[in-house]
Amino acid sequence: MADLIYRVNMAELSFKIEEVPSKWMGLGGRGLTSTIVAEEVDPECHPLGPNNKLVFAPGLLSGTSASNSGRNSAGAKSPLTGGIKESNVGGTSAGIFSKLGIKALIIEGLPKGENTFYQLHVTKNNVEFIPVPELVGKDNYAVLDAMMAKYDKKVAVMSIGRIGEMRMNIANISVKDPSGKLRSHGRGGLGAVMGSKKIKCITVDAADYKEVTIADPEKFKEASKIFTKALQENPISGQGLPAFGTNVLVNILNEAGGLPTRNFRAGNWEHAENICGETMAENIKARGGKTTHGCHAGCVIQCSQVYNDKEGKYLTSGFEYETIWALGAHLGIQDLDLIAKMDGLMDDLGVDSIETSVVLGLAVDAGILAYGDGAKAYELLSHDIPTGTPIGRILGAGTHILGKTFGLVRVPTVKGQGIPAYEPRAVKGQGITYATTPMGADHTAGYAVATNILNSGGHVDPLKKEGQVELARNLQIATAAVDSTGMCIFVAFAALDDAKCLPALVDMINARFGCALTIDDVVNLGKTILKREHEFNIKAGLNSADDRLPEFMKYETLPPHNVVWDFTGEEIDEFWNF
Amino acid sequence: MHVIVKLFAQYRESRFKAEQREYDIGTTAQTVIDTLELESVSPLGVLMVNGRHVAPSYILQEGDEIALFPKVGGG
Ligand code: SF4
Repeated sequence: MADLIYRVNMAELSFKIEEVPSKWMGLGGRGLTSTIVAEEVDPECHPLGPNNKLVFAPGLLSGTSASNSGRNSAGAKSPLTGGIKESNVGGTSAGIFSKLGIKALIIEGLPKGENTFYQLHVTKNNVEFIPVPELVGKDNYAVLDAMMAKYDKKVAVMSIGRIGEMRMNIANISVKDPSGKLRSHGRGGLGAVMGSKKIKCITVDAADYKEVTIADPEKFKEASKIFTKALQENPISGQGLPAFGTNVLVNILNEAGGLPTRNFRAGNWEHAENICGETMAENIKARGGKTTHGCHAGCVIQCSQVYNDKEGKYLTSGFEYETIWALGAHLGIQDLDLIAKMDGLMDDLGVDSIETSVVLGLAVDAGILAYGDGAKAYELLSHDIPTGTPIGRILGAGTHILGKTFGLVRVPTVKGQGIPAYEPRAVKGQGITYATTPMGADHTAGYAVATNILNSGGHVDPLKKEGQVELARNLQIATAAVDSTGMCIFVAFAALDDAKCLPALVDMINARFGCALTIDDVVNLGKTILKREHEFNIKAGLNSADDRLPEFMKYETLPPHNVVWDFTGEEIDEFWNF
Repeated sequence: MHVIVKLFAQYRESRFKAEQREYDIGTTAQTVIDTLELESVSPLGVLMVNGRHVAPSYILQEGDEIALFPKVGGG
């Protein structure tokens, strides 16, 4: 049976199941969420009002045996950026959606009752609306526990905590992973959109499973084998990522002078060794955590890990470089265990660990806490933000609004979203991605760090302007396409350096759907998606003046390389000439 | 001449994190890589001297800091 669209109306508490229009047929993941948002959401609507829609879509290959294909996309108009948003996540939801034959779940409208929160329970051909007063005021793990008690273990759970209920811009949508921990649709305040629709959690029941149909199983198997081999043989995805996780980047960026320190005042930090991936790996070994861990079944790279405290008790998993950077070099905490504890707490609270940590770092400039004051940072995170004290509300609105509230000039955002972990002045290709991506400052949208710093896909000098716009453009186009397949973006390292990887990926899509796409078709898909998102943003009022980095980066010289952001507006706008 | 050698990720195992070492004038980065037998562990990923990417043929100067990383990534 063909996949279907499940359309939920929260104003009526009703649902419809629709056939997939032919124009959406070849789309999945980000390609589909962005297309639906662009077609159906008024770009001028209030992101938390009745006319925004929250859309979930698994990738084209999700639910199959293809390695690393279990990413689910969520899309909406973002309350943080005011533009279009897509955020994808591992966990169990993509596979379960696909196996139930759900091409996309579209959630519309707002309920009339102000005070009732609902659980949406999605099963084959049905959506139930269950009031859940007992879960209001609870955070993610309590919701997970309640759902695990209610159903068997194979239910996908997507939920929000108190901060999502309060519709703060830092709220994410958290998703259960295979080990019962959490992953998140992190950026852009999608948790606030879910909170505005009064949805506490969405469960998707795995009963009535069907295996996804593969048009040409033999061809699929063959391509899948080549693809998996490419991931395993690539030194980055096969060795580097599993051994050290993404946090290995602390030392590389520090060495390259691109580790933003003290709210983007320097490019390296004297305490980097305390928080780096090598230290993290040593701690994990000594304390009996896990250096390798997958965020979804079928991940062969396993960049995630389980990080325990000195007593061997769980602190966090999915402990990422960007979070560690923000609480470390940016905010000044030198104690990796405290950073881990805060990361675990952010999972439970359901907040974007990047936006939250970047705003806490900016709070130093606002005079709310001292640089390196971990105890105060923990108090703000564990008390002020989730209980919604006035200062907690301001922090919960994100980096941009904190900056406005305190009259700050040095505010590291693009389109209102906090800049993560890579100093744009010293990693200029990444700066172009931050400036131009329709998502607001998002490192994953076109990871130029790969070619600027890691020598993956060649090398483009990070401190020079030459070649950066083209690099960022090519990467963003490729990423938009990969984000539509359900693949984790870390397959890109193999795709950049191994000529067999990308063709195998395209072959899998062809074998799954019985089509005959070429690599050019897939690249064109990436271009179309990117342009569609850009068009939505323009209609939403974001224009080329929003494709800019914070002004202070143009006139403040960044040590150690003493560089400024020296692209003109026209040079940046060249990005969109494709 | 004195050169500070910094190793990262797998290269640290049973070697060192950072050391000041003596090399003859004219020594290239490649010689440092070879004498430490780094590529028997994992192919070279990133080579920086004083925070700038350089080629393995780079000729080291007195006081240089050379940083060596195997192929690693993240994002
Ligand atoms: S490589 Fe990391 S992010 Fe990607 S699927 Fe595996 S665990 Fe998840």
